[in-house]
Amino acid sequence: MVSVIDIVGLHKEYVTEAGAVPVIKGIDLTVEEGEFVAIMGPSGSGKSTFMNILGCLDVATSGRYLLTGQDVGQLDSDALAKLRNQVIGFVFQGFNLLPRASLLDNVALPLVYRGVKLAERRRRAQAMLEKVGLGNYGAYPPTHISGGQQQRVAIARALVNEPRLILADEPTGNLDTHTSQEIMDLFTSLNRDEGITVVVVTHEPDVAAYTRRLVRLVDGVIAYDGPVVHTEVQS
Amino acid sequence: MIGAMLAEAWHAMGANRMRTFLTMLGMVIGVGAVILMLAVGQGTQQKVQQSISSMGANLFIILSGSSTSGGARTGAGGVPTLTLLDAQALAELAGLEEVAPISPGSAQLVYGSNNWSTQVNGTTPGFLTVRDWGLASGSPFTDSDVRSATRVALLGKTVVENLFAGDDPVGKTLRIRQSPYTVIGVLASKGQSLDGRDQDDTVLIPVTTAQRKLFGNQFQGTVRFIMAKANSAEVMDRTEVQINDLLRQRHRIQEGQDADFSVRNLTAMANTAAEMAKLMSMLLGAIASVSLLVGGIGIMNIMLVSVTERTREIGIRMAIGARQRDVLLQFLLEAIVISVVGCLIGVLLGVGGALLANKWAGVPVLVTPFSIALAFGVAAGVGVFFGYYPANKAARLKPIEALRFQ
Repeated sequence: MVSVIDIVGLHKEYVTEAGAVPVIKGIDLTVEEGEFVAIMGPSGSGKSTFMNILGCLDVATSGRYLLTGQDVGQLDSDALAKLRNQVIGFVFQGFNLLPRASLLDNVALPLVYRGVKLAERRRRAQAMLEKVGLGNYGAYPPTHISGGQQQRVAIARALVNEPRLILADEPTGNLDTHTSQEIMDLFTSLNRDEGITVVVVTHEPDVAAYTRRLVRLVDGVIAYDGPVVHTEVQS
Repeated sequence: MIGAMLAEAWHAMGANRMRTFLTMLGMVIGVGAVILMLAVGQGTQQKVQQSISSMGANLFIILSGSSTSGGARTGAGGVPTLTLLDAQALAELAGLEEVAPISPGSAQLVYGSNNWSTQVNGTTPGFLTVRDWGLASGSPFTDSDVRSATRVALLGKTVVENLFAGDDPVGKTLRIRQSPYTVIGVLASKGQSLDGRDQDDTVLIPVTTAQRKLFGNQFQGTVRFIMAKANSAEVMDRTEVQINDLLRQRHRIQEGQDADFSVRNLTAMANTAAEMAKLMSMLLGAIASVSLLVGGIGIMNIMLVSVTERTREIGIRMAIGARQRDVLLQFLLEAIVISVVGCLIGVLLGVGGALLANKWAGVPVLVTPFSIALAFGVAAGVGVFFGYYPANKAARLKPIEALRFQ
């Protein structure tokens, strides 16, 4: 069976006036269907850059990245947009909902870019809102609900196109402990009950503890890749 | 997809109403100015066209020329050198359909207790053909009326209104300079001439009656001018030469001597007037278009600001699957919606302004579907043209850079 993520020899450099600055210095990583992975690492370890490459928002300088078997390095911008639309569901630290659109329209937006008709968009977006427990909030704008609720809406938006992979970049970074637990419980059930592959970038040990596999990045390379054990999470 | 994007464009415009309104105002003024200027230009053009067609087509006017007497030259028509016989000779020319000699004069008309001063033209039945002039009622005078110089008259509409006040004038007798004339017909209305005279303020009588009985004549059988209608526009130039040759021969004018008459091609002059009106119409439109251009630049300016402000939004959209062309289309639609809505308001204001100008200032106006279609086409074009650069700028943003933008 084809791995969801299959990365070999990934490098990323940023070109500055002072010369090329390497950020990712050779990463090999395979993530299989149904895994629940935490990526940790100190600031500057390259974990955000790595996440952006995983999400097809940024491109690697060298190395090979197969996403569900497709070589991302060979795709044009339209094909990458299609991957982001249909294979990946993004969850951001800052929620990134469109402030002017209603919650229902926010959740339905990925369906617009997929070319789904209006009535079907409404139906599916409403179903997703109900799934995250906000079925009665569709008509409100994002500013009317709490941060935890906004993140649940963002998750509904990530799920609406039934992606195989959810990428969450510090999804609980702006939330209190209690709401963080709710969000992580939601990811856990999506992974366990629906078999969606989930990759979470975090610096919080509590969050990593929900996952079943830990990848530690230090200075652009993988320093640890294995089960979530207490010592690794804390270090 | 387009429906969803139109809805979003509408939302985006509503989010910053003042800015949208001011941007739109540029288009409103531009389109309003174009519609108004085209209306005035085309209105004027139409009026000139009407005057020209009321004059009659393919028309020559032959004026008695100047004469030199003791070193003092009189103006054209100062001495009547053309005669009725000249007119009869001209009628033989193959290129001319009809010829009418004209002896004009001014006279006081009296009917009952009303009186009116107007121009009385002595002419032949051919005059009505030459001027493409029909009768509203009654019948025209005939060649036998001309031969026997009967006292009959055809009245213009204005004369009828001033003398008869609602009565049917046909068959009635009125007095021209004390003598009784029988009204045998009423001329159809012609309206204003090119130079703004009321063509309906006139009376036609047989030329012989005018010469012998009404005005008298210093030089028997002469007329002030002759009007002639050519068979077609194509023969105008050739016929003009023939008229000159014939009259020079009849008046025994030597080679190299000044002619004692002059031939004018009225149709050519009228066409020049029409060309001028058309030119003016285009010029007005062109000047107004400049304001449309300025409005378009306003749209481009505000779209650039909007793209910068919404960079993060563009990043979010790209992260969840918007392709470059989706982003391009979204911003392009916003620009088009602004310009087309602005255009709609501009058309309403322009048409309203034209109607007011017509009502209050009497400016001739003509709003055609063409000018409205043109305004909409140009507005949509302006939206696309000035919206494309900002929209393309948005579409070319790198997803990660747009998403990181604060």
